[in-house]
Amino acid sequence: MIRLHQICWQAPGATFALQDVDLYVPSCTYAVLMGNTGSGKTTLMEILCGLQRPTSGRVEVNGVDVTDREPRHRDIGYLPQDLALFPAMKVAEQIGFAPKVRGKGAEAIREIVEGLADELGIKHLLERRPQNLSGGEKQRVALARALAANPAVLLLDEPLSALDETRRDDVAQLLKTLQRRHSLSVIHVTHSRTEAEALADLRLSLRDGKIVEE
Amino acid sequence: MRKQRLSLFWILLAAVCALYLLFWGLMLVATMAYTSPEAWWEALTSPQIRYATQLSIWTSTAAASLALLLAIPISYLLSRFEFRGRSLVDAALDIPIVLPPMVVGICLIIFFQSKIGRAIEQVIPLTYQVGGVVLAQFTVAAAFAIRSMRGTFDQLSPRPEDVALTLGCSRFGALWRVALPSARRGMVAAFCISWARSLGEFGPILVFAGSTRMKTEVLPTTVWLEMSVGNLESAVAVSMLMIALAVAVLIVVRVSGERL
Repeated sequence: MIRLHQICWQAPGATFALQDVDLYVPSCTYAVLMGNTGSGKTTLMEILCGLQRPTSGRVEVNGVDVTDREPRHRDIGYLPQDLALFPAMKVAEQIGFAPKVRGKGAEAIREIVEGLADELGIKHLLERRPQNLSGGEKQRVALARALAANPAVLLLDEPLSALDETRRDDVAQLLKTLQRRHSLSVIHVTHSRTEAEALADLRLSLRDGKIVEE
Repeated sequence: MRKQRLSLFWILLAAVCALYLLFWGLMLVATMAYTSPEAWWEALTSPQIRYATQLSIWTSTAAASLALLLAIPISYLLSRFEFRGRSLVDAALDIPIVLPPMVVGICLIIFFQSKIGRAIEQVIPLTYQVGGVVLAQFTVAAAFAIRSMRGTFDQLSPRPEDVALTLGCSRFGALWRVALPSARRGMVAAFCISWARSLGEFGPILVFAGSTRMKTEVLPTTVWLEMSVGNLESAVAVSMLMIALAVAVLIVVRVSGERL
């Protein structure tokens, strides 16, 4: 469950602001957040996962106030729009990154990596580096990397925008399947109404710095 | 890079490039022609010059290593963290680059005559010592390393580090596990630039560490010493050695840029 309570944020040196944003996404819900370019969707995602500090307000995950917690202590996985794969690491290292940082042993890491690679159909890519992957392959690697951290919440910032239409449907289905299988709360940011209609259990819209349910 | 049509504009730019390379080429050829292979061999096998060569390589490596160790945290801070006065700090870090080298040497020697400086010297003797050579080289080389690494970190997207924070990393972890591996090429380039700068440092070393033969004499001070006793052939031979070392550094930077 994710809750934002009266979140305020002011862009430095600009007039744009988020004002008293309230958001509630129940557990195991696929929420789609829509909004025009520049409406603050990415900023909201960054506030949720702790990469930006709000001016005021509260962020709660599963009933726990995480507003003052670092990103690593929030149990939130984040897929930015550009996926941000680690340039110097092979796919296996990318997926094994979170378990390794959290101190898991080599055998446990190998199991997690192979399990997720199998689930996402990327076992054949484990020895490749990001520059040798297609857009769709990068998407799957980024998803596997986020899921390896076993998050309670997954934030997806325009995950389908860089894909062509045939791939978009496949990946959309994959996202929905993963959400159910891993019992995740997902916030999927997009400006596409088609994506919202295909995926959303809950449709939200960010307009003029406020969230409305559609 | 797409293939361009040859036009007068590109020809003129190429002519400017060619003239500048010709200027340097003529100077190097004239320098090489001045000395003879026998003079070069005599210079290179002399115990004093061999000592100066070894000391130069050792101290430049130490200074460049320290410069890189300092440059990484400072440049990462300036690149990734917004704070009041950042542009002032950024400008201040360039001061050693623009200061006349002799002034750097004078500042060092005056500082180490102060109370704090004398206390440091009790633990690590530096003035007119080999340690002083490293410090004099480091003082200027660090500024170049910082500038170089700042460019590297500015070019790297901070997004992968942001994602690393959500995957369980602390800020240090994101730097160590994600940013530094991505900055490998930049680190090699910063090290090589600092090394080359250290190798060529003269003014601060002369003032602060002196140029005692078989003790604090390094290659640039060897050139000065040889010239001051009228031994121009020897000075030229040592100069050619320094040019060869500088070219070797350039090759390393290029090759590492392609391999990493």
